[in-house]
Amino acid sequence: MAGEFGNPEVVEEEVDILLIGGGMACCGAAYEVMRWAEGTDLKIRLVDKAAMDRSGAVAMGLSAINTYIGTEQDPADYTRMVSNDLMGITRDDLAYDVGRHVDESVHLFEEWGLPIWKTDENGERFDGSKGMTPLKDGGKPVRSGKWQIMINGESYKWIVAEAAKKALGTDNIQERIFIVKLVNDKNDPNRIAGAVGFSVRDDKVFVYKAKAILLAAGGCVNIFRPRSVGEGTGRAWYPVWNAGSTYAMAAEAGAEMTLMENRFVPTRFKDGYGPVGAWFLLFKSKATNATGEIYMDRNKEMLDDYPPYGQAAVPASCLRNHLMLKEMKEGRGPIWMDTVTALANLRETLTPREVKHLEAEAWEDFLDMCIGQCGIWVGENIEPEKKNSELMPTEPYLLGSHSGCCGIWVSGPTDVGAPTDETEAGVPAHLPKGWNWGYRAMTTVTGLWTAGDGVGASGHKFSSGSHAEGRIAAKAMVKYCLDNKDLKPELDTSVEDLVAEIYKPVRNYLEFKDYSTAIDINPNYITPKMLQFRLQKIMDEYVAGVATYYTTNAHMLEVAGEKIDMLKEDAEKMRAKDLHELLRAWENYHRIITAEAHMKHIEFRQESRYPGFYYRMDKNFVDEENWKCFVNSIYDKKTQKWTCFKRAHVDLVDKSKLFK
Amino acid sequence: MPTFVRTEKCDGCKGQDKTACMYICPHDLMKLDKDGSETGHAMKAFNQEPEQCWECYSCVKICPQQAIEARHYADIVPLGGSVQPLRGSDSIMWTIKFRNGTLKRFKFPIRTTPEGSIDPYGGKPQADLSKIEEPGFFVECNGFRAGNRSELINV
Repeated sequence: MAGEFGNPEVVEEEVDILLIGGGMACCGAAYEVMRWAEGTDLKIRLVDKAAMDRSGAVAMGLSAINTYIGTEQDPADYTRMVSNDLMGITRDDLAYDVGRHVDESVHLFEEWGLPIWKTDENGERFDGSKGMTPLKDGGKPVRSGKWQIMINGESYKWIVAEAAKKALGTDNIQERIFIVKLVNDKNDPNRIAGAVGFSVRDDKVFVYKAKAILLAAGGCVNIFRPRSVGEGTGRAWYPVWNAGSTYAMAAEAGAEMTLMENRFVPTRFKDGYGPVGAWFLLFKSKATNATGEIYMDRNKEMLDDYPPYGQAAVPASCLRNHLMLKEMKEGRGPIWMDTVTALANLRETLTPREVKHLEAEAWEDFLDMCIGQCGIWVGENIEPEKKNSELMPTEPYLLGSHSGCCGIWVSGPTDVGAPTDETEAGVPAHLPKGWNWGYRAMTTVTGLWTAGDGVGASGHKFSSGSHAEGRIAAKAMVKYCLDNKDLKPELDTSVEDLVAEIYKPVRNYLEFKDYSTAIDINPNYITPKMLQFRLQKIMDEYVAGVATYYTTNAHMLEVAGEKIDMLKEDAEKMRAKDLHELLRAWENYHRIITAEAHMKHIEFRQESRYPGFYYRMDKNFVDEENWKCFVNSIYDKKTQKWTCFKRAHVDLVDKSKLFK
Repeated sequence: MPTFVRTEKCDGCKGQDKTACMYICPHDLMKLDKDGSETGHAMKAFNQEPEQCWECYSCVKICPQQAIEARHYADIVPLGGSVQPLRGSDSIMWTIKFRNGTLKRFKFPIRTTPEGSIDPYGGKPQADLSKIEEPGFFVECNGFRAGNRSELINV
């Protein structure tokens, strides 16, 4: 029977491995899983809420691959960098494992057709179309920083998706299906049994049973009021479609979360949020206050307030914000990226041909990954060699990559010396003790895996590391399925109840739509858009958004908690007038759960671990003695309450090398 | 800048059920107005939620009629500029017009292999199930960095 709005067709399917998401992590998983599953009869399915060719954070393209280790560095060097940038609290086992695997994926990207810039023996750089020696055979990439390599990446995702789609086969891919909820097993509440979602194109609900699920649906954007609230709302730094689905669904399924207090507040070109990495690292540009003073020099003694993280050759990202915010708060803004001086300096040593090439490189940096920034430059007549551009710290984002490390607690590799016990008291008894309790990359929920932005306590994986993490997870999922051939997942909730829950916003709409004459003003329901505005206002004003210069305190968090409780209640009354709005309703539900986790973790951690990203003004210090530890949590979906607790931090590589 | 669809150029992808822009938009913004009831323009696509547009240009690049352009975020950007691509099979051409009339053109490579030519497992070994719990992938592409084990404190 064909479904209709309000009475959807229900499609039930059973697979062995379900991949939720279509971004870099799931593309990596897709590529790896099919090879390991050859000849096993395992049934594998990928579901994406968008189209794999352009889904996830790499949809627009990228101008660099930000994690490439190369032959000249050790995974331990990478692990140290990740740790220091995130103020000392990361899982060395996870970062190390990404570090040793990630170049494998980069070499595949190049083989598949991704153009990677190269330098010749004279140090001159060439774009990736010139057929120079591939990286895997010793070709020299153009390093824009210690870990970054430049690419012509407009079609980066398109290329990676092509390989993933061909590996999977079209019969195993379903696009435009938004998974909104995981379902636990009837016989074991700590095991995953399936997932449910709906088509955003047809009136259909999909109920999957699966032995193993990879949940890799990105980070979280737009839980804080953005700096632009008109059309510019969409110009988020991270993709606006990343709705916290990974964190919310995992938490509701009972997975242990980690470092959800962490956030990323990138400093970017103002309003367009164009990338600054190439400008700082490749073009050697400096950022200044209004009078041309370099704030990293002017305020450098502030770095000494946060030993040792401020004292590395590259201070932690949040501390660089911290030094800039001082200028803004004391009235010495705007902050400028001095592109004019940088390009003038470079011109001094370049031929006219090289100067022309340089100009193209500067524009390509935006055109490959942040076209909107070009829109601002052309609208404001900014040519970077003639006019400087403003910088601005953005609204906060939650993610498990870049200088962000919130996410899910996962089982790590067993061969790098990770702890097998837990020294902090207060960890709920049903949770594992050490850092590897079973299948690699599995969460604390049996049968549930994550990768990419989903993996907490290990930032800086970026596009390439996310792909590699997906591949690592895929192997473990195949092993799990082979070890559990006779497992029969059983959903703990009836299909009827699941369908009713998913389509509740539609029912709210159909039941009450004729009560008032204005479709959007109705006391019986709330539009997803207004609910999102409410969430953003709460988070911005009480949970350290831009409105308070990223400051909060215990009292403000308490108020936020009360308001979020009521917001959660009202989420039951969201309406959906069409399938597009049903998509928005569930995205915003995921945002609320993610935002609540963020708030609860900030409340629990009695210090300000990330100065420049957020400040607890009542605890405005870094407390190494008591809080150099992970803050983890679990969520009880029945009582809708969070439990936060500490886990001990352990160094697996020597961090003191950063300061020698 | 939200993207917008030029009325005279859009052909609704010739009456198919779904348009190319609907297929590709990562945020489900593009919609085909089949009967004209939403826009006054039957069988043409439109951006149904412009304030959610990331300006990723996926729709602009894929449109077979080159009917989609961007008018940059009106709450941020002065009018008059434009940034328009033409994406080919191996390169992309950008035409950039400033508010003051300055014009720039750039061409960048986008891939080194023909589209659709990837053979994911061609020339690659099969997976060795006896190694499924070891580090590394089913294939090694000279990129596994085993690392100096003496760096690991507890090993």
